[in-house]
Amino acid sequence: MGAVQHSGADARLDEARRRVEADTRRRRRQLLAPTLIVIGVFGLFPLTITLIYSFLSPGVYGGVTWEFSTDAYVQFLFERDIFDDTLSFSGTYLSIYGRSIGLAFGATVGALLIGFPTAYFIASKPPSQRNFWLFLITLPFWTNLLIRTYAVLLIIRDEGIVNLSLQSIGLIDQPLTILYTDFAVFLGLIYSYLPFMVLPLYASLEKLDFRLVEAAYDLYATRFQVLRHVIVPMAKPGIVAGCILVFIPGLGAYITPELLGGGKELMIGNLIALQFGGSRNWPFGSAAALILMVVVMMSLIVYVRYAGKEGNSHG
Amino acid sequence: MAQDTADMSGKSAKNMILAEGVTKTFGEGDSKVHALDDVSISIRENEFFTLLGPSGCGKTTLLRLIAGFELPTKGNILLDGQEIGHLPPYKRPVNTVFQNYALFPHMTVARNIGFGLEMQGRSKSEIKQAIEKMLALVQMEHLANRQTDQLSGGQQQRVALARALAPHPKVLLLDEPLSALDLKLRKEMQIELKRLQSETGITFVFVTHDQEEALTMSDRIAVMKAGHILQVGRPKQIYNQPARRFVADFIGDINIFEVDLDEVSGTTGRVTLPGGATLPADLPEADVPAGAVSVAIRPENMRLADARDSAAKLKGTVTNVVYFGAGSNVHVALKGGSEVIVRTTGEVLDDGHEVGLILPDRVQVLVD
Repeated sequence: MGAVQHSGADARLDEARRRVEADTRRRRRQLLAPTLIVIGVFGLFPLTITLIYSFLSPGVYGGVTWEFSTDAYVQFLFERDIFDDTLSFSGTYLSIYGRSIGLAFGATVGALLIGFPTAYFIASKPPSQRNFWLFLITLPFWTNLLIRTYAVLLIIRDEGIVNLSLQSIGLIDQPLTILYTDFAVFLGLIYSYLPFMVLPLYASLEKLDFRLVEAAYDLYATRFQVLRHVIVPMAKPGIVAGCILVFIPGLGAYITPELLGGGKELMIGNLIALQFGGSRNWPFGSAAALILMVVVMMSLIVYVRYAGKEGNSHG
Repeated sequence: MAQDTADMSGKSAKNMILAEGVTKTFGEGDSKVHALDDVSISIRENEFFTLLGPSGCGKTTLLRLIAGFELPTKGNILLDGQEIGHLPPYKRPVNTVFQNYALFPHMTVARNIGFGLEMQGRSKSEIKQAIEKMLALVQMEHLANRQTDQLSGGQQQRVALARALAPHPKVLLLDEPLSALDLKLRKEMQIELKRLQSETGITFVFVTHDQEEALTMSDRIAVMKAGHILQVGRPKQIYNQPARRFVADFIGDINIFEVDLDEVSGTTGRVTLPGGATLPADLPEADVPAGAVSVAIRPENMRLADARDSAAKLKGTVTNVVYFGAGSNVHVALKGGSEVIVRTTGEVLDDGHEVGLILPDRVQVLVD
């Protein structure tokens, strides 16, 4: 009899617990609502339009005509012969993607190599001074990216500070052609996105327990070994975040390659912009944008899975 | 002054660490701090040596100088006859157990223990063997593949010990390693540390502010204060024959009497207590000038007696009795006004009881 009473109480307790859990779930959903609305209206909706447009035909004066076509995707890989309409493989656009990925990857590595010592330097300062250095890092954000890119342009052009000072100390006779090369784009990308690398790296390194570095020194690790076996693994979350934050915007960069690359060697961003402007091929522009997105998502999945494998062991 | 009497523990008398005139200052100008001031010390091979003192006395700085985390401002440090004062930590055959353990959180227990050997470039099989041996030594075999943050404080302590012992250093430095543990675990680890030291035969240099810990574990103790070493000796010496007032005061309960010293001859003399009674006295150094000095008497070295007992050289009144299980501390107000503590395991007296105090045969004179 006691057991029966007991199970009755248990059932009521379970019932109450279920109700509380349902309440909690509902409240959590409500908290999520603003984000869902923003993502829906400004993210999914435009993306759907892009997806639809990529399967339509281009209008003569821009825009689209409502005729289904997969031409945009075909055009990405093949060239249509103007006379007999046969398709032949063309690597033009693939090479633009390849170049863009190469440049963005290079800029990411460059930003990591410059950003890591910077972040370590800031993290090793006394806490009272760190804000000052962080302030210096974020200072460029106070100016528009366009203006900053023009500033880089002025510095590296043939008559710019770099060339003039190199000439004046007699290191070179002729100005080095930096502007309107891949190297200029590479420099510009590093410069533009360096803070996105430094800040997450700093956030990781700031939490690094310096006593662990001492412990490693004590256990016969040289400076390089300490870096490799203790500091870098501990900073891994920051390295992953920084690389993602530099690589993705770098891949889709528009202003930097336009101004510093002279627009003659295209990056993906310029290719897409061109389709909505001069080329008046909105479906192809949409397709190019979607392909970029798929590339980014796939590389992210691969990267996070790879980086996460060792990062996970942080527990 | 720091008396260093002949070793009677039967252990090797070879010096493992020799510090000569080591000074360490931090900061510049007005804010300059002498963490260590002209410290000389010798630590023998296979010895459990403790640096004991209050916080800020320089004991941790001395440890960090031996480890190589700090470089001496002046002076030499020799390890096994070789000058190491200016070598970086990774070139010294010395390992440290840190106060907070400083285990690598991104590595398993086993990899933590093998880290030192891995950095030395030892072979995989050698590392694996050493890890197994160390895990067995600290009884952690079952946790080899755990992450370190899944361990309790005591287990982390054992891993830290195993990690520091695995490369078989010449000296193991321990920086207050037990301070984060609760009392029961601390007692266990004290015995454990002692066992590890005798099993491995490695010289241990242990830093603590806990005098009981120091007395329990050490072969020898150096008592430090304000960047100086005041006294070095075996636990019994430090406890029974403190040379300095600070040492006497810092370690255990003690009664200090202001007395007159005369008949000085070498390291002995005779003191006159306030009541007029005289006692033979041991001096901490030869030829202490006669006159006003302090002597120290431990509470357990005095006995309560009847007030009329002729052997009782001091008389007073019981003011308080503090019971602590194994005995009682009886507070006695002397006729002169000062108060002393006498430890007794015998009958418990009432407050206000008139008592006599029987003093030890000899007393220890202190210098400041």
